[in-house]
Amino acid sequence: MANKLITEIGLPKSIGHIFAARNIITAKDALSLTEFELMELLDVGLAQVKSSVALISEVTSPHYQTVQSLLEQRVQSEYLMGHLPTHLKGLDAALCGGLPFGALTELVGPSGIGKTQFCLKISLLAALPSCYGGLDGHVIYIDVESKFSSRRLIEIGINSFPEIFCLEGMAKEMAGRITVLRPGSLTEFTESLQKVKVSVLQHQVKLLIIDSMAALVSGEYEQGPQRQHPLAWHISFIKSLAEFSRIPVVMTNQVRSRVANQISRYIFQAESRELMVEDNTEKFDSCLVAALGIHWAHAVNIRLVLESRSGQRFIKVAKSPMSPPLAFPFHVTSMGIILLNDDGVEMEGSQINAIDHQGHSDIIYHGDER
Amino acid sequence: MEVLRLPLSASQKGKLISAGYTSMASLSSISPSHLALELKIPQTEALEILKSVSNGSKLESTSSSHTIVNGAQSAWEMLQEEETLVHITTSCADLDNILGGGISCKEVTEIGGVPGIGKTQLGVQLVVNVQIPYDYGGVGGKAIYIDTEGSFMVERALQIAEACSADMAEYSRLYRKGSQARESKMMHPKDFLENIFYFRVCSYTEQIALVNYLDKFITEHKDVKAVIIDSITFHFRQDFDDMALRTRVLGGMALNLMKLARKFGLAVVILNQVTTKYADGSFRLALALGDSWSHASTNRIILHWNGNQRYAYIDKSPSLRSASAPYSVTLEGIRNSASNNKRVKNT
Repeated sequence: MANKLITEIGLPKSIGHIFAARNIITAKDALSLTEFELMELLDVGLAQVKSSVALISEVTSPHYQTVQSLLEQRVQSEYLMGHLPTHLKGLDAALCGGLPFGALTELVGPSGIGKTQFCLKISLLAALPSCYGGLDGHVIYIDVESKFSSRRLIEIGINSFPEIFCLEGMAKEMAGRITVLRPGSLTEFTESLQKVKVSVLQHQVKLLIIDSMAALVSGEYEQGPQRQHPLAWHISFIKSLAEFSRIPVVMTNQVRSRVANQISRYIFQAESRELMVEDNTEKFDSCLVAALGIHWAHAVNIRLVLESRSGQRFIKVAKSPMSPPLAFPFHVTSMGIILLNDDGVEMEGSQINAIDHQGHSDIIYHGDER
Repeated sequence: MEVLRLPLSASQKGKLISAGYTSMASLSSISPSHLALELKIPQTEALEILKSVSNGSKLESTSSSHTIVNGAQSAWEMLQEEETLVHITTSCADLDNILGGGISCKEVTEIGGVPGIGKTQLGVQLVVNVQIPYDYGGVGGKAIYIDTEGSFMVERALQIAEACSADMAEYSRLYRKGSQARESKMMHPKDFLENIFYFRVCSYTEQIALVNYLDKFITEHKDVKAVIIDSITFHFRQDFDDMALRTRVLGGMALNLMKLARKFGLAVVILNQVTTKYADGSFRLALALGDSWSHASTNRIILHWNGNQRYAYIDKSPSLRSASAPYSVTLEGIRNSASNNKRVKNT
């Protein structure tokens, strides 16, 4: 819409020629200038500029829909009103059915906690035929860190859905629906995204997984004054791809240590320190935060935090427009991830955002490391 | 030179100056035909030029308002207007209190906060609450929701609409007896959703175009009383290499929004993201889009965490004092916080 040509908008011929003569070809060019600048450039009166801008704006604006008609559309045409069930009962209930279509879901947690396991399971679920509760479609898995294991995928499949996988050729069919891309650098990733967009439109791609986003940004991501986020274009691109094609997008993110003075506050908070309650998160031993910064945190729609406390792993719904802040204990088994408790524990306040790794090292390294 | 400041095209200004007309006074007593001869332009064009001159320098008051400058209002008249100002409730009594009744119509309010604090929740609550009919103490208008980042979830809007509908039914049952109860309008969740106009904006060009187009749209749908933009920042944080252009474009958009709010008497609510700024030797949180944008809104509310409780802090307002109020996000939407030691903190 932004690149709509001025010639196609239907301005009166006289002024249309003037726009072209001054090299204002698309709506974007015209709307990036203020009315006075346009008047200077085109050498026409204010009234004419105003009416031309009004017409260009009207044509370039997106169309509206009432929310009721959006709802009806979803109910009619989409699976479960636009959700991909994860088969984790408690989580699906919290997310009103499952991972939402057209939105970005982020999985963040320390290494080895189970993010890739979750991604493997969910890619299987999307590939399953609809009679078994799947989306019956293709999955594109962008594997940046070479963590994809087909053997593990089949193992999860056989253990979770034995009745399907024992059928002749089913394993081959299901695994055949999952396409794995392995970009080695940010530029290759950018190219892969373009290819993915074409593919989504042509084939029945029902899920996009990117594992992991953080690995693409080389080196430390500075929290300092940085004008442009290195992944800014990609975030925008993936978001519009997800919405346009109404597919869920799952992305994993890493964690990094938090520097001591990095607990940011607003200016007015610093001034009234006595009135502030001690922030509980500061007391925890955890000094981990999600990588990729605050701009990224704003961009994702749903954030699932995976952490471990006292040796027990939890999956928390940290950011979601439609769920309460719940934490579910889970285990990683041969069937992938299973929840130990479907009701979840409601977490208060900003604890839901904290990423803990107490006792986690014990699981991996069999030693005590704090 | 005064003539350069007139809203005329460059060639017209050039002709005026080369013919010797450099100030407004020189044009005040000339006839259109004389001007047309001097500048060698058609008479209609000369008439236009003189009209724009006279618009700029009119001193006599011909309107009914007794002011010394045409087109202005006296402070007394504005006070009369302000007394009749309506507010949109946020469904949280503490927050409504510090806001003087709720989000005021006719003004631009900016609401910012970290991800997950409840900005979108508040936005959805407002598009539902603006529809509460007069009988129930509301504004009875429709709403426009402009979504730039895809955070609007239809299921959540349905949940909030259902809760509002249930609250209205409860109110009706408790406070309205007999004939009144039968007369008052019942709103079903479906009716709420039907009155929310949803726009999805995918680039900054579309955002500018839409804000320009809103004037016409709202003229056609006169009962729109709230416009929520969620969020204003998203598209402006990534595509811009030219910061000066960004500031100009944002400035133009801010003025348009203020004009809209005043012209139609509706509430414009802008949701903003947060960024980190380096100041005084440490990193501080601040609302995005820079210092020049911070002048764009009339009121500014910052949502933040304090311990385990969410707070709304009035950062900037010409008429409300700085205060904080706790609130919570529940299944039904934004509500009062349930903690025992909730207090409205005055700073």
